[in-house]
Parts: sequence; structure tokens; C-alpha cells
Amino acid sequence: MSLVEVSDLSVSFGEVRAVDGLSFSLEAGGALGVVGESGSGKSASAYALLGLHRGTGAKVSGSVRVAGVDVTAADDAELRALRGAKAAMVFQDPLSSLDPYYAVGDQIAEVYRVHHRASRRAARARAVEVLDRVGIPDAVRRSRSRPHEFSGGMRQRALIAMALACEPQLLIADEPTTALDVTVQAQILDLLHDLRRETGMGLLLVTHDVGVAAESVDEVLVMQSGRAVERGPVGEVLVAPREPYTRALLAAVPRVTEPRISSGAKPADDGDDGEVLVEAVDVRQVFGRGRTALAAVDGVSLSVRRGETLGVVGESGSGKTTLGRMLVGLLEPTSGRLTRDARVQMVFQDPVSSLNPRRSIGESVADPLRASGERDETAIRARVRDLLTRVGLAPESYDRYPHEFSGGQRQRVGIARALAAEPELIVCDEAVSALDVTTQAQVTALLAELQQELGLALVFIAHDLAVVRQVSDRVAVMRRGRIVEEGSVDQVYGNPRDPYTKQLLAAVPALDPALAVVRRAARKELAAA
Amino acid sequence: MKWFLLRRLGGAVFVLLALSVIVYAAFYVAPGNVAQIACGPRCSPAQVAQVSEQLHLGDPLYVQYGHFLQGLFVGRDYSTGTGVLHCQAPCLGLSYQSDQQVTELILAKLPATASLAVGAFVLWMLLGVGTGLLSVWRRGRLTERVLTWITLAGMATPVFVIGLLLIIILVTALQILPFPDYVPLTEDPEQWAWNLLLPWISLALVSAAPYARMTRASMLETLAEDHVRTFRAYGVGERALVGRHALRGALAPVIALGALDIGSMFGGAVLTESLFGIPGVGRELVDAVKHVDLPVVVGLVLVTGFFVVLANAVADILQAMADRRVVLA
Amino acid sequence: MALATPAEEAGAVAAPAPGAHPFWRRLRARRAALVAAAIVALLVLAALAAPLLAGIEGQDPTTYHPDLVDSATGGVPVGSFGGISAEHWLGVEPLTGRDLFARIVYGARVSLGVALAATLLQVVIGVSIGLAAGLGNRFVDQALSRVTDVVVALPVMVTALGALAVVPTGFPRPVLIAVIIGLVGWSGTSKIVRAQTLSLKSRDHVAAARLSGWGPWQIARRELLPALAAPVITYAVLLFPANIVVEAALSFLGVGIKPPTPSWGQMLSDADTWYQAAPTYLLIPALLLFVTVLALTVLGEGVRTALDPRAESRLRIGTGRKKEADA
Repeated sequence: MSLVEVSDLSVSFGEVRAVDGLSFSLEAGGALGVVGESGSGKSASAYALLGLHRGTGAKVSGSVRVAGVDVTAADDAELRALRGAKAAMVFQDPLSSLDPYYAVGDQIAEVYRVHHRASRRAARARAVEVLDRVGIPDAVRRSRSRPHEFSGGMRQRALIAMALACEPQLLIADEPTTALDVTVQAQILDLLHDLRRETGMGLLLVTHDVGVAAESVDEVLVMQSGRAVERGPVGEVLVAPREPYTRALLAAVPRVTEPRISSGAKPADDGDDGEVLVEAVDVRQVFGRGRTALAAVDGVSLSVRRGETLGVVGESGSGKTTLGRMLVGLLEPTSGRLTRDARVQMVFQDPVSSLNPRRSIGESVADPLRASGERDETAIRARVRDLLTRVGLAPESYDRYPHEFSGGQRQRVGIARALAAEPELIVCDEAVSALDVTTQAQVTALLAELQQELGLALVFIAHDLAVVRQVSDRVAVMRRGRIVEEGSVDQVYGNPRDPYTKQLLAAVPALDPALAVVRRAARKELAAA
Repeated sequence: MKWFLLRRLGGAVFVLLALSVIVYAAFYVAPGNVAQIACGPRCSPAQVAQVSEQLHLGDPLYVQYGHFLQGLFVGRDYSTGTGVLHCQAPCLGLSYQSDQQVTELILAKLPATASLAVGAFVLWMLLGVGTGLLSVWRRGRLTERVLTWITLAGMATPVFVIGLLLIIILVTALQILPFPDYVPLTEDPEQWAWNLLLPWISLALVSAAPYARMTRASMLETLAEDHVRTFRAYGVGERALVGRHALRGALAPVIALGALDIGSMFGGAVLTESLFGIPGVGRELVDAVKHVDLPVVVGLVLVTGFFVVLANAVADILQAMADRRVVLA
Repeated sequence: MALATPAEEAGAVAAPAPGAHPFWRRLRARRAALVAAAIVALLVLAALAAPLLAGIEGQDPTTYHPDLVDSATGGVPVGSFGGISAEHWLGVEPLTGRDLFARIVYGARVSLGVALAATLLQVVIGVSIGLAAGLGNRFVDQALSRVTDVVVALPVMVTALGALAVVPTGFPRPVLIAVIIGLVGWSGTSKIVRAQTLSLKSRDHVAAARLSGWGPWQIARRELLPALAAPVITYAVLLFPANIVVEAALSFLGVGIKPPTPSWGQMLSDADTWYQAAPTYLLIPALLLFVTVLALTVLGEGVRTALDPRAESRLRIGTGRKKEADA
């Protein structure tokens, strides 16, 4: 009998059918990746495996069997006996997934005692044991800390430890690395890999990131709109996909190993001519004061020339967003010199908060025109309609409101608003990171097109190394407020000099499963060195 | 944590000082003859002159305030013509109308107010939190709807209305409870409680409603949080989820609100005390206002402010202790 | 890091319902709020039309009717239920024999008017201070927040009592009470507005407006004030009944509205000594006060959920999180 058997599973939330007739199975000890974009129903399917939709108002039909338990028919007690003991789940956001009020060790011990008749002391000992197993240093002491005293990666390790506590046959991981930096992500994926080999438990990994799946599972199931599109061994589906959707999805995924596709206004190798639009010399930005002062940007020098694209990569807390805000003038540097000889605009990360929900998108796009003193309403309308058309939106969208648009469309509105000011430089701060890969590819392509057409300079800030490689001429790698390496895109990606850059590049998941094995070995080597 | 405590207490001290300046200025810059007002309508010109002398009303305002502050921290002396009257720190001044030191007067009234506040506090916390928990436990059923309406009604009823109704029902009609006649705890604990029962119930009934709402909202919010979902996904039973994982987070703001409310109540449950004739700080304030006994009014407003600021600080510190992340933020 | 979950690019996004603004639609969907709104409207109308209503009854609030009270019992109204009759719809006041209905509708003017004026004052001061603190620099924010802390330390009841002690009796009482409540009760509004302004200020659309070239005043008008309306209105609708109670309480204590001007709290205060002999004299203003405050509270609840539909769904377990679950 299989470890997981799902047949004809449907989950609806009111009118919305999130999962629509899904069937699959997973053998004991196997690893299945469920891959899909947002709204594909992948998480809703994973939740159904533990009966987590019960009592939420969601309608579930079909049959789900996990480790011999009929989940849809089981009573509450049977379901509780399954949860955590036979099948355990690891969630996306490790901070909010742990109780802030209790020590991590106590939380694991509590779960252990739900399923085993054990003394408090024995349960605590078990907690320390599993924390030690997932690589928490000094586990005895750290087990007494509360979640907020852990770093993001440590928290996710603690959550995995909780999952291990009762030696489940199945581990369900729902986007376990999405909230983490790429280097931490690699560590967590490596940990999951080792644990699986060691304990022989089955793994069901839910992810939007094809690379993460390629690194971690034997088989993948591609989902779209609640249905399974394609299923097969990871080597086949990701290398030679049969279905058009899978092909389109894979084509959209940016690859860190491939050079940029569309070339900008400037060839990548001669970046020395062209006038300098923005120049920063040893700029610093310090937040807070006294004991809590923190230099978000700590002595950065760089320049951006007309028509070129400068990529800025870094993990969370590297200061890349702060740098971007200084470049456009939203923040004044605490010290250092910043000269700006051009009109600059910005495209923001969050498609939700970057547009005022109470104003129509046409009004938002018209802002720079009105602010510059334009009074002629017909001219404004005409110009805004042009801009909307230019970014691929219907000109009739003028009077519609942000909530009527999807994330990608809202980013297009943001781009139109930036263009309205006729800038020479646009700073894109994680402008595509909140989007699904296919949308991401479309928006990236739009930016490249506009750049070529208008001779724009771009500063492209992102945490995703692959995206940055695709669009940039030059790249600056940031860490803890400083630029650790800067150079042409080929040089930085092809022949990195700084150890941190090397570490970053080694951590990027590979799309090819065969390559993933090689890279995992390389990471181990790098870590050992 | 240490820095947070220091900062918080420093802030409290600043607020108290600012408060004393404002209150002092507001009352002693009042139009009319301050000495005459403070002394009372029956004072002779000689007495008024003496009051004026004692309050240094001839000096600039900041000098007057300086003397006031001095009295507050180290005590001050009043010349009475024939001798010297020493007023110990914290000296809030003299009540000429009742011929007493304001501090002593307030201290004499505090036990009654404290008795009322503490008893009602215990009752309303039990009632409020209990109602909130019950409506979460029975969520989506008739019980919850009924409790929601009762709570709304409780919020809409002023304490003097419910108090009057209870007097009519329990004292006049059914004659179960006596009309309160305050007996100090030290004299007769049984009579103390028996006589305070009605005020406690009245105050608890109207004060419990916000707690019921807050407990309910806060519990529902925590129950929807990710970490509760985690433990549900690990087979932890509903009872432990509510009792262990949701309650802890949900009660923190409720307890903080409790600290605030009991703090301001120490400054006098003005209405309850007046209605039931409890000789506490609040009733003293009403009397002082009616008689325009200025030094007493100033003293009482300051004492109330002191308790509120103290309660605010305690509430903040309690919340920080319950949730250490607050300190880091 | 990117965690947000946009709807899929091609996916249909909910089209806006044609016609009414969603606020009115959501408010209308709540029956209790509608009933409450009707009651409030009725009370306001009665207060506005007080002379008219008293005129229809044929009475006024100040005329004594010694013939309608029994001097032998110390002034208990003659007749059953406090002297209710065709001439005196709600009976008469003990001791004086003044018409109760006329006093109630005239009292509504005072009670509602004072509370409304106080609420407006609280909102205006609170919004100004909160906005200035939220938009100003560190120094301004610190200073205004300290001022707010000091005001918090002045409980409305106690401060109002204290202030009433020193203000000369010649000053019109209703105005005085409204001003006092307004001056000491704005701290809640200013705290909400400050917090909201700070959170709005950090939104990207405000940054975008700055990059567009707008000045601070235009940004406040276009990007901030409209977003502040919802929380401020919600809060104000709950301040209003609280202010009614404060005025009633002050008058109940005998330091608020002075006779002959009628107010509900003051009638309750008189009734305190008459509840055995003339229970209707106590019950009528008590009931009115209760109904008014309850209606306003229910209406406030309705407005809150209608302005912030998430507030409701957040409180329903399991559903509020659904969108995020499928990241």
C-alpha cells in the first residue's frame, strides 16, 4: 500500500474551487515535489493530506489516505493521531509558525507528549536530541530560547526538528524555504536531503520554485488551476517536459547559468563611455542612534551611466533597498556624496502598497504630469492612455482601481507611472520578486524593451541572482551594507572573486537534477573549506 | 529589558511633573480671588489674607509652584500667625474649608475606594474574561449571539443606571441586599464584604463588557494565527490549543487593560461612590467640587493622574514581559 | 524578500459591483445596524423638533403644574404611572409638575448636542495633533506624544469635575461641558491617527507620490487624509455615545447641566430620590439613555465592519488566512 493515496480530491472555498479532481500517490520513502504558481491549489492539496481544512468552511471531496488512515472519513481522534506522528508538516513562515510565548524545546516536547507516553523530562531530552540532529549548535541551551531569539534559518530547522520528533513516515513541506535567503535555503534543502536519506521517510514538497524541487525530490507533479498537468521523474519532467504548460513554465524560469537574453542599449563589455547619471561616493545610511544605531548602507561607491543596467544583488538585510532609495532621493545619505544629474524614478516591490487603493490607476499614472504643472485635462488623459498602452494595459483602464488588477498588471501600472515623468534612470527595487515566474518573465521583458526603446538606465535591485543576470550589464554584490564585488555580469557570474559571491552562486538551486547533485557536492566542499 | 524599564519609568516621571504644572497653573490662575475661593465663602478678610500669605499668592506663579513642588517632595511649613504648621511630604496643601491637610484627607478616603476597586476588579475580570471565553468556545452558535448582545447592552448602560436599577430590584423590592453602609475591612470583614456587594456587582456588570469583547476578539485573532495552526497540524487537541496556545497571547492585552482600568479607579469611582454613598476618593471629589474646595480638587486630580500614569507604566511593562518582542521593537 | 502572493496574471480579478459604494452595501447588509441607524435618526429628529413636538402636546418644559402633584405626599404626581394622561403623555415631574415629555425632548437636545459638539472637538484636536506627530520630525513627534501622554493622565470625568469647580457659574453650562470633554478626551483619536499616519507614510504609494514631485501638503491631502477617514469615523462613532454618558454622569452628579435646562442625566439625578414613589420618572430617562447609547454603539459596530470588511473575516477562524495559504 502506498504511503499517500489521493484520488479525485477537490477542495472549494466558497465559489472558488482551489483543487479540482486531483489524484496522485506517493510510495513509502519516495519524494514528490508539487510545483505550481500561485493559485494552482498546491498548498490546499497539501493541507488536505492532514485534514487541515476541517472546520474552516472549505468543502473537501474525494478520498485521501495517508499512512493507512482514511483522512476524509477519520474521526477527530484518529486524525489527531495521524497529525505529527505519522505525517508531519513544515510550514512556510518559520517565525509565525512557532508559538512566540514558549521555548522552542518546550514546544517540541509538547508535540512529542501528545503522541508518546513520556515524562516531561524524557520529552525535553527528545527535543534536544532532534534539535541537535537538525544542526542547532549547543542544542541543550538553545532549546530554552524562544523563537524570536533564533535566526530565520534556525527557526526553520527548529520546525523541522518538531516534525522529526515523532519519527513520521511522511514529511510534508509547504514552501519551506520561500521566506529564507538563498544561502540559508540551500542549507535547509541539504538538511532535508540528508534527513530523508537517513530516516527513509517520504517527502512531499510543495513549492513554486522549480529549482527547489529539482534539488530535493525524485518525482514532480506540476499543478495548474487545481489540476495535475504533468507528473513524472524529476529528470524527465524538468529536462524534457511533455505538456505545453510545463514547457512554458520552465521557459519562464530565469537561469543563473545562462547569460542575458536580450541585449540592452549598450553592449555588456564596454561600460566606460556614456555620461554618468548618478554617482555615489562612500555613502552611508545609519538608522537609529546610540546603542541601536545600524548602518544599513556602510560606505558604498558606485555610478550609473546613461543606457546601462546595473544589477544589485544581496540577501535580506544587505542594504540594497536602502541604497536604491538613496539613489532616487527618497532618503538622504547620512554621510558621503551623492550626485544626481538626471531625472530618476522608481518601480517598487510590493504591487499592493505601491498604488493608492483609493485612486484610479489613471490618476496615479497622471501624478507626475500634474505635479509638473500640466493643466490640460485632455492632454493628460491622452498621455496616460499612451503610457498604459505602452506597458501593455488597455487604455480604458484609466478609471479602474488597483484592486481590479493582478499583481503583474499593477507592476505595469507602476512602470507607466515611472515613465510618465520621462526619467533617464529607473531604479527597480525587487520589482518582479512578488510575481509568479511567467509574469516575472513578461515584466522583465517589458523593462528590457522599454530600456532599449527609450535609452533608459536601470538599476535593478533583486535578491534573485538569476533574474539579475538576465537583465544586467554590470552587477554589484552587496553584503551587510557594503559592495563586496562589482564587475561586468559575465565576470561576476562566470568568475567570481569574492568568497561570498561564490557562496551565493553555489546556493542557487539548479534546474537540472543531475547538475543539482554536482552542486550539492560543491556546496559541501565550499562549506568544509 | 532593563533599559526599557528605565525609559518607561523616566517617561512616567516626566508626565507626572508636566501634569502637576498644568493642573497647578489651571487652578491657581483661575479668575477671581484665589485665596477667597480656596478659603471658602465664609472666610473673614483676615483669614483670606492669611491663606494668600500661606500660598505665596503675592509671588510670581513659578515661585508658588516651586513651593508646591517643595511640599510634594520634602514637605513645607505654613505660618499660622501664632505658630508654624508643618505639612509632611508628600504635601498636597491645606484644605481650609475642612481644616485638614489634603494628603491626610485623601489617605483617609483611599481604603474605601481601594475596597471598591479591588473587589469590583476581581469580579469584572472573572465575568468579562469568562464571557469572552464562553463566546469563543460556543462560536457560531446561539450562545455566542446572545452573549454578544448582552455585552453590547452592558456597554451601553451607565453605571448609575444599572446601580439604580439594582437598588430598586435587590434592595427595595426583594430586600436581599442592604443599602450599602461602608464598614472598614479592619473593623468587620464580613460586614465590609456584605455592604460592598451591591457596588461591586454594579461596577462589575458595566465594566465587564469591554473585557468580554476584547477577550473574544483577541482569542479569535490568536486562534487564526499560524502558530496555532502548527500545533493543530501536530495533533494537539482543541482544548490545549485554546488553553495553552491561544489564551496566553490573547490575555496579554486584556490584562494590560485591566491594569489601566484599576489604576484610574483608584482615583475614585466617582459615580459608584456617589450613588452608593461610599466615603471614598471619588465622592470626596464631588463634594470638593460642589464646595469649590480648591486645594482638595487640585490634590485629587493630581492623585488620580498619578495612579493613571502608574497604571499605564505597569500595563506597558506587563505587556513587554508577556511578549518580549515588544522590547526589541 | 518577496512573499506577497499576487493573483495570477491571467486570472479574473473580482469586478467591482456596479451601483452603490461597497461601504453602503455592506452597512445595509447588517440589519441590526440599520435598525440602530433608524433609532438614532428618530432621536435626532425628536431633538431638532423639540419645540414642535412639545407644541403638538400643548406643553412646555418649564411651566410648573402644582395642581398635578400631591403636596400631601411631598409632591408625588397625581394619577397612575407618574400622572400619564392625554395632556401629559409621559406624566409630570414630581414636586414641580413640569411636563415630562417636553423635558425629555428638550433634554435630548442638550444631551445629544453637548455630546456631538464634544465629539467634533475631540476629533478635530485629535486628528490635528495625530497628523502633526505622524508627519513631523522626530522632535515634533516626541513633543506631541508627550503632550498626549499627559492628557491621557487626565481622566475625563475627574478632570471635568475639577474644571467645573473653578469656572465661574455664569458661563453657559452646555458649552462649558462640551469644551471640557473635548479638551481632555482627544488622546485616543490622536494616537490612532498618529499610528495610522506612520504606517501610511511608509507605504510605497506615498514614496511614489514624493517622486512624482508633490509637496508635503498635497501628499497629505491626496494620499493620507482619505485613508485616515475610515479609522477616524469608526472611532468617532464610538466616542459619541461615550460622551453622552459623560455628560449624563456629570449632570447626574449635580455638577453638569443646571436646572431649569433639562438633560437626561440631570433628570436621573432628581429621580434618584423619587424612584419609590414615582418609578416612571426614573425609568423613562434611564431607558432613553440606554436605548440611545446602545443604538449608537451598534451603529458604530456596523460602520466599523462596513468600513473594514477584513475586521469581520479576520475574526472568523480559518477563512481569513486562506489567501495566504496558497502562496
